[in-house]
Parts: sequence; C-alpha cells; structure tokens
Amino acid sequence: MTLDPHTFLAIVAMAAATVLTRIAGLVLIRFVTIGPQQKRALEAIPPAVLMAVIAPTALVTGPAETLATVATALAATRLPLLAAVAIGVFVVAVARALIGA
Amino acid sequence: MAPLTVAVMPIGLVFGAVAAGKGLSSLEATLMSVLVFAGGSQFVAMDIWTHPASWGALAFSALLVNIRHVLMSASIGNKMPAFSGPAKYAAMLLLADEIWAMAEVRAGQTRLTPAWYAGLAVPFYCVWVLASLAGSAAGAFLGDPKATGLDFAFPAVFTVLVMGFWKGRDTGAVLAASATAAVLAHQFLPGVWYIAAGAAAGVAATLFTSRRQEACA
Repeated sequence: MTLDPHTFLAIVAMAAATVLTRIAGLVLIRFVTIGPQQKRALEAIPPAVLMAVIAPTALVTGPAETLATVATALAATRLPLLAAVAIGVFVVAVARALIGA
Repeated sequence: MAPLTVAVMPIGLVFGAVAAGKGLSSLEATLMSVLVFAGGSQFVAMDIWTHPASWGALAFSALLVNIRHVLMSASIGNKMPAFSGPAKYAAMLLLADEIWAMAEVRAGQTRLTPAWYAGLAVPFYCVWVLASLAGSAAGAFLGDPKATGLDFAFPAVFTVLVMGFWKGRDTGAVLAASATAAVLAHQFLPGVWYIAAGAAAGVAATLFTSRRQEACA
C-alpha cells in the first residue's frame, strides 16, 4: 500500500480535469447555446482521441497487435464489449506466442 | 439498472489488474477510481503511464478524453428541474457514460428525480471502485501481462468504443486523419503529443467534411 507523490499529483490532476468537463456543461447552458458546427467538433473529439491512443499500438507495434486490433474491431460489430475484448486479448496472446513478438 | 452495475464489474477488474501490471499499488489504482471515476480516461492513463507519472500529460489526456462530458452534462442538465442547484452539481460528479445514457432514457419517459439518479449512480460508483481494488489485488498474482495478453485489454476496449462511435463515412474520415497524425507524431515527437495531434486532426477532418457538405447542398 504505497502512494507515490507523483502518482498522487497525477491522479488529482486527472480528477480536476474530469470534474471540469462534467461541470462545464451545466455552466455552459446558463450562458451560451452550442451551434451545430461546435457540436460536430465536440462530438468528433472522443473517437479521434481514442483512435489516436490505439493507433501506435494497432499500426506500428507489431503484427500480433495489428492482427488483434482487426479481430477486436470485427468482433465489436457483432458481439458485446467484453466478448470482443476477450477475443482481442486471446488473439494477441496466441499471435505473440506463434510469431514471437 | 442491475445489468449496468454487473457489466461494469469486469471492466473495473481489468483496470485494476492492468494498473498493477503498470506498477501502481492497490491504493493508487483504487484512489484513481475513487477520484477520477471515468473509465475511458483511466484506460488512457494506463496506456501512457510513466514512472514518475507525468501529471501534466495525464491531466491533458483526461481533459481530451472526457471533453464529451461537457455535451452530456449540458444535455442532461436541462432535464433536471426536480434537482436543487447543489444536487444538480453533485449528480454531475457521478456522470459516467452509462449513467448519462440511462438518465437520458429515463428523462424521456418520466420525470428525473434525485432519488432515482442516486439509486443508479451510487451502486455503479461503488462497484467500479471495489472492482478496481479487487482487480489490482488479483493483478499482482497474474504475472506478466504481456504473456497473458492482458496489456492488450485497454487497446481492445478502445477499439470497441471507437466502433461504437461509427456513424458512416464521416467517422471514417475522422478516424483516418486521427490515426495518420497520431502515428506520425508518435514516431517523431516525444511524450504523448500524439494524442493531441490525433484529436486535432480528427476535429479538422470533421470540420472539413461538414464544410464540403454545406458547399454541395
């Protein structure tokens, strides 16, 4: 049970950023209306961020990770979250064992 | 509501296990679930975790990942006439994606009450925190996450979430722009600038495609 000061600071900073986003909407509706263009931009951020996070793993880490990402994406079109994630984990473990990545 | 709370359990377990694999203590992993309580940004944090932790990069990525909460709280905030001012703000602190989605559905059917909201959000929050703790304790026994493939759990969760945002070709343009910018930035820039680069490229792509559609219309 240790608490590293850097880790604690990082957790508090993440918490502050998250609280800010959750409260901002309430404050926002009291003062401004969000136009369609701003709404489009805000809506594009989550998928763009998520894609940016997985892109290096999916595309330039190795064939095992690329294969597993494709398998997960295909599974996600048919199966619920946990099943698709389980398939991804299984594929990456098998592919690493076979290819030796 | 019960299925929602059950469904969050394994995700919390996986979070705790991978956090343990990244070298976070059970206290640290649980504290993150207590204070941040936003799965997506916690997953991202584990993906870019360094020792010592870079608080600026982690806060910035949490801000980017959770920026969707601005829209969610703006939307649900308009449907809370039964809430007092402080209750409304307190409710927002527990506004996770799943809570928001359920509350939106409920508000469409009947009046959204503080009691109903608390009955949904509080058990969900408690299960998330306890599952993180249990996963973190179990994770220390699971061994090398690379051999079990468990380190791939978060990229896999993101992949599924990305697929959930799919709304046709425009989404494809956003994702292609984001992936290209992210990989380039990842190869040539230090730290986590690749996340900001991908986000900026994705937003630029959506503004470009919407302008082109307006020009055609």
